[in-house]
Amino acid sequence: MAERFTLTVNGAAHAIEVDDPSMPLLYALRDELQFNNPRFGCGLGQCGACTVHLDGRAVRSCTVPVSAAANAKITTLAGLGTPETPHKLQTAWIEEQVSQCAYCINGWIMTAAALLEEKPKPSDEEIKTALSDLICRCGTHGAAFRAVKRVVES
Amino acid sequence: MTERDELHPLSRRVFLLASGALAIALTGCDRSELASNGATKPPLMPDQLDSFLAVGPDGMVTVFYGRIDGGQGLETSIAQMVAEELDVPFERVRMVMSDTARTVNMGGASGALGVSRSGMHLRSCAAEARKLLLEMAGDALGVPADSLSVTDGVIRTSGGDTTISYAQLIGGKHFDAKLTWNGEYGNDLVVSGKAKIKEPSQFKIIGTSPRRKDLPLKVFGRLDMVNDVRLPSMLHARMIRPKVAGAVPVGVDESSIADIPGARVVRIKDLLAVVAPKEWNAVRAAERLRVTWSESHPNFPGHDKLHDHIRSAPVIARRIETENGSVDEGLRNAARVIEGEYEFPTQSHASLGPACGIADVKNGEATVWTSTQKPHYARDGIADLLGLPPEKVRAIWMFGTGSYGRNDQGDATADAAVLSQHLGVPVRVQYMRHEGLAWDPKGTASVSRNRAGIDASGKVIAYENIGKAFSRLNTATNEGGAAHVLAGHLLGVPLEPEQSFNVPIASYTFDHKRIGWEVIAPLMERASPLRTTHLRDPYGPPILFGSESFIDEVAAATSTDPVEFRLRYLSHPRDREAVRAAAEKYGWDARPSPRNTQRNADVATGRGIAFRRHFETFIALVAEIRVTRSTGVIEPLRYVCAHDVGLIVNPETLRHVIDRQLVYGTSRTLFEEVRFDENMVTSVDWLTYPVLHMNSVPQSIEVHLIDRPESAPSGAGEMALGLVPAAIGNAVFDATGVRLRRVPFTPERVKAALA
Repeated sequence: MAERFTLTVNGAAHAIEVDDPSMPLLYALRDELQFNNPRFGCGLGQCGACTVHLDGRAVRSCTVPVSAAANAKITTLAGLGTPETPHKLQTAWIEEQVSQCAYCINGWIMTAAALLEEKPKPSDEEIKTALSDLICRCGTHGAAFRAVKRVVES
Repeated sequence: MTERDELHPLSRRVFLLASGALAIALTGCDRSELASNGATKPPLMPDQLDSFLAVGPDGMVTVFYGRIDGGQGLETSIAQMVAEELDVPFERVRMVMSDTARTVNMGGASGALGVSRSGMHLRSCAAEARKLLLEMAGDALGVPADSLSVTDGVIRTSGGDTTISYAQLIGGKHFDAKLTWNGEYGNDLVVSGKAKIKEPSQFKIIGTSPRRKDLPLKVFGRLDMVNDVRLPSMLHARMIRPKVAGAVPVGVDESSIADIPGARVVRIKDLLAVVAPKEWNAVRAAERLRVTWSESHPNFPGHDKLHDHIRSAPVIARRIETENGSVDEGLRNAARVIEGEYEFPTQSHASLGPACGIADVKNGEATVWTSTQKPHYARDGIADLLGLPPEKVRAIWMFGTGSYGRNDQGDATADAAVLSQHLGVPVRVQYMRHEGLAWDPKGTASVSRNRAGIDASGKVIAYENIGKAFSRLNTATNEGGAAHVLAGHLLGVPLEPEQSFNVPIASYTFDHKRIGWEVIAPLMERASPLRTTHLRDPYGPPILFGSESFIDEVAAATSTDPVEFRLRYLSHPRDREAVRAAAEKYGWDARPSPRNTQRNADVATGRGIAFRRHFETFIALVAEIRVTRSTGVIEPLRYVCAHDVGLIVNPETLRHVIDRQLVYGTSRTLFEEVRFDENMVTSVDWLTYPVLHMNSVPQSIEVHLIDRPESAPSGAGEMALGLVPAAIGNAVFDATGVRLRRVPFTPERVKAALA
C-alpha cells in the first residue's frame, strides 16, 4: 500500500508517495524527485557513489530507507555549493582538477565535507581514514586527498 | 563560452519539452548548426568541412568530434587544438561529441587515439577553415588574403585599420567546402584540408594548460549523465541473469511478482527481464521473480586453476609477430638458458557505475542514449539487432561512468533497444552491481612464457616471449554487430569471435628473438560471463608483466643493474631517454638486484623499473615499494614516471592522466582478479572483486614529461598503467630476492611467495 512522505532536499520540501517504505532513499531522490546527484554504484553501501548528507552526516542513500529520511534535512552535491557560492571543497576540486569521469564524486566531496564540518583541521591520517571506504575507478584518490588537504591548510 | 555560460544550470542538462519530446539542451549551442541564410547544411560526410566545424553568429566555434571524453580531458585538449589553428580563444570553442546524427564516426574512444589521430585531423580542418575565412575576408575587403592577420577570431588588414570577424563572415552559415577524405571511418578515418597546420614555434594555445571544460559541471552536480535520461512513459528494466552460466529460462512464475505495482515480465527467446514504471519496483521484481532455468554444466576450471588450463589448452590460433635470426640456434649455442613464466588474472572493467542505457524504439526508428565508448558502432549493432537500417537509428553519447575499454555499456544499451522495440515504449536498463562485475566483457588472463640464452660473456644471444591467452576479440572491441552484445547472444544470433592476442613491441635488440602469441578456445561460446575483449590498455598489463619482469630476471641472472641492462639492449634514442630520465629523476643507485642487505628483514624496501614503447609513446616507470614478509602487504611508496608522448597539448591534464592511471594500474596489480568456480563468476560486488582504496595509493607519484614539440603527438590515455605490475614485481625482487610470478600481488600470495 502506498505511503506518503515529505522529503526536504536542498532546503525545499517535496511530497512523495511510495509503494514500499523500505525503498532506499536513493530511489526516492533519483526516480521520484529527479535529484540526480547521488548515483547508483552498488546498492550495498560499498562504494559511496550515492552519498548525500542527512542532517549534515554523510550517508549512503542506497542503504537508508526512505522512511528514515522523512524528518531529516537532506543535502546533495548541488545543494552543498554553487558556482556563485561554492563550498571550499568544490573550489579545491577544481583547483586540483581531481575528478575524471566523476561518477564517484558525490561520495568523495560529501564525505569530506561532513568530515570537515565535524573536524575542520583533520590530520592526514584522519583524512585518509574518512575517505578509505570510497571507491574510484579512475584513480583520483591521491588528487582527492590533495584537494581536501588544500582546504585544511587554507 | 564564458565560464558562467558553462555553469548555466541548464547547460548540458537533459529535459523534457512540453510536447514530450526529449531534447538535449546545450545552452546557446545549436544555433550554429542552423544556417541564418537558410542554406542547408551539407550532408554529414567526412569530406565536408561543415561536418567537423561550425562558427555561430555569436562567434562561438562548435567542433563535431566523433569520439568521446571519458573524463581524461580530451574535450579540452581537442578544443585547444582547434582554437590554436583557428586563432580563436580556447573559451570560444565548444565540443559536440559522438551523436551519430551530428558527428561522423571517428572511432569513439579507442587506443588512446583521440589526440594523435582525430585531434590532428581536426587541426587540419581548423587550419582549412582559417584559410577559407581569410580568403572570404580578402574578397570582402578587396585586399589579398595573405596580407591579413587574425587575432581572437577577428581578421585585420595589414595596416590594422579595417577588421572583420569570423562571425560576420560566416556566423551561422556553412563553409560548403570539401576536404580530402580517405574513404574510411572510425580509427582509420583520415581527413585533411589544403592549408598547412602551424609550426610549434607559432603555438599560443597548444602547450598551455587550460582547465578541463567538464569539471565545473561535475563538481557542482550539474552534469547529467546517461543514467539521468527520463522519457515520458519510460519503463525501468532489470535484466534477469542465471546463477549458472549457460542456463536459459525454461519457466517463469509471473505470480511471484504479481503484488509489485506495474511490474511485468518480458521474455524474448532467452532474454529475460522485468519492467516497471517505478525503478524500485523493477529492482524488487528482479529480486523476487521465480525462474526455472535449464540445466547447465559449464565446468569452468575456477580462477585458481585457470593458468593450468591456459597452459594445457590446445592452441587455436598462433602468430609470431617478430622473428629475427634463429632463436633455437641461439638457445643451443647459449652457455646458459633462463626460463620464466608469468601469470596474469582475468580482470573486469568493474566500472564504478554498472552500465545503463535508454532506448526509444517506435515507428521503425530508434534513438538510444548511451555511454558506450563507441556510439557509432553501437548504432550499427542496434540496427542489426532490431532489423532496422542504420540510418534509422540514432545513438547519442552522454557522459557516464568511466568505462576504460569495451565494458558493458553497449550491452545495456542493446538490451534497452530490444525491450523498447518489444514493448513499444521507451525503456531504461540499469544493470545491478553483480552484473557490472560478473557479466561485463572481461580482460583476458594469460600465461607469458619467456626464455633467454646467454653466452659465456653474459650477453643475451637468444630471446623468446610467447603470451598464451584467451582471444582479446572473443567479443569485439565495439558493439557494431548483434553478435557482440549479450542480447544478441541470448537471441541466438550467429557469433563472430575473432582470434587474437598481442605482443610487446620488440624494442630490445637481441641477436635472435621470437615474440608471439597463442590463443585458446573460450571457456564458453555463447552468453559467457567470461567472454573476453579489450580492457583498458588491452593486453598491455598481461604481456608487459611477463616481458618486463623477465628482462629484469635476466638482468639479475647476469648480475647487471636493471637500468644498465635495458640501456645495453635498447637502441632507439627515445627508448633510451625514457629509461635514463626515469632513473635519473628517481635518483637510481646502479647495482644489480636484489639488495642483499635486507634478506632476513621482515620489512624490506626495493625499487624496480619497467619500460615500454607503444605507438610513438615511450615510457619508463620506477616504483619504490615496501613489503612486509610477515603480512605479505606491499605498500607503493614512490613512483617516478618518465613519459614521452611527442607533442604535448595540455601538460597539466597530461600529468593528471598519467597520475590517475598509475593509481588505477596499482589497483590492477595488487588487487584485481575475477573469481569464478565451476559454474559461474563469483566476483559480484566490491568485497568479492577487491579494488584499491585510499590506503594503498602510492605516497608520491612524480611525472616527468619529455616534451617533443617537433614530433607528432601520440597517445597517453592508458599506456603508463601497463608498466605497474612489472615495476612493482621488480621492486619486490629487489627488496627480497623473490620474484612474484602471478598478479594480483595479494597479501596471501606474497606471503606464500616470500615464505
